[in-house]
Amino acid sequence: MSGDQAMRDLAAGMPVPEFETTAFTTPSVPLGEARVAIVTSAALHRPSDDSFTATDTSFRTLAAGDRDLMLGHWSPNFDRAGLAIDLNVAYPIDRLQELADEGVVGEVAPRHFSFAGNQPDTVAEIRLDSGPACAAELVADGVDVVLLTPV
Amino acid sequence: MSTLAHVFEAAGLSTVVLASMRDVVERMLPPRALYCEFPLGRPLGKPADPDFQRDVLMHALALLEAEAPVIADYPEVIVAEEVPMACPVPALLDGDLPPCVEEAQGLRAAYDRALARRGVTSVGRVIDADGVPAALEVLHRWGRGSTWTEDPLPGKNTIAVCLDIRTYYEEAALELVDGPPPGGRQVETWFYEETEGGRTLMAARGALRDQEAPFPFWFYMAPGHR
Repeated sequence: MSGDQAMRDLAAGMPVPEFETTAFTTPSVPLGEARVAIVTSAALHRPSDDSFTATDTSFRTLAAGDRDLMLGHWSPNFDRAGLAIDLNVAYPIDRLQELADEGVVGEVAPRHFSFAGNQPDTVAEIRLDSGPACAAELVADGVDVVLLTPV
Repeated sequence: MSTLAHVFEAAGLSTVVLASMRDVVERMLPPRALYCEFPLGRPLGKPADPDFQRDVLMHALALLEAEAPVIADYPEVIVAEEVPMACPVPALLDGDLPPCVEEAQGLRAAYDRALARRGVTSVGRVIDADGVPAALEVLHRWGRGSTWTEDPLPGKNTIAVCLDIRTYYEEAALELVDGPPPGGRQVETWFYEETEGGRTLMAARGALRDQEAPFPFWFYMAPGHR
């Protein structure tokens, strides 16, 4: 069996957090006027940042201009070479800037955020602590739309 | 990611998830998800392909027009390739060194070129490039009978050390190949199946399992399907 299929089969049998309802926020402005941010679970961080620990539920802040980012994810179960070749394959910051330059989106947010995708099943701390804290940072930056990219 | 989508929407933000596991996203029901069946680790699908990445983003952003929760599928599937990347490894010359140590030393120039070109490396979680040969030497001995309790590993954490070694090899190897970017898992397969370093790591992993080391210490030294 391929590595990706093994991981997808494993994930299909694992418990996931349950949400009784799906919160749904309709964008308040057209996409062409929206400020867009990226939040990734690739555990990207700047070399000067604290690295992610194996059970890290916190997030790191990435300035829109940062490109010298390290991959701090602890799982060996995914392709790492793609990110070494091109950051945009998991963190499409250059593509987003191009869309902003073309007017497809309003503007690129000044800050983006990175969590680690290797998390316990309940992700309780992210639900109750670091997730809302990150949301507050995004709201403070006037972000309208968040693109979430998984690793 | 779907968890954060729920949290962010509740805070008044509009979100789109690029989902990589359909079974998971169907159970978690985030507000808007584009399921992209791409190699894991490549949520935008193709490195160094701006047009493809842009198309994925356009499909994702189009979901902001939905008036109710939605899970859509990106129309193209990309399957990870598990054929090893074609990459020469240095010829081994010095019979006095374990082959993995000599190999790692032979890759150093390519690693340094990669670092100079990219300006950043993901090696350095617990050991840096200078520490890779010494760590491999310990793994080599583990595979030949020494024990993890009496023959300590530089950097200590087996998972982190193995990620640093693998990353060192992968970043170096990408400097040695030409042509289009290798497919998902091709570089991983090259490391574990074609290099002395990868084979040494796998032998050490098996030795730790046989020594009844704690499960996470050895299991996460390599991808679970190996």
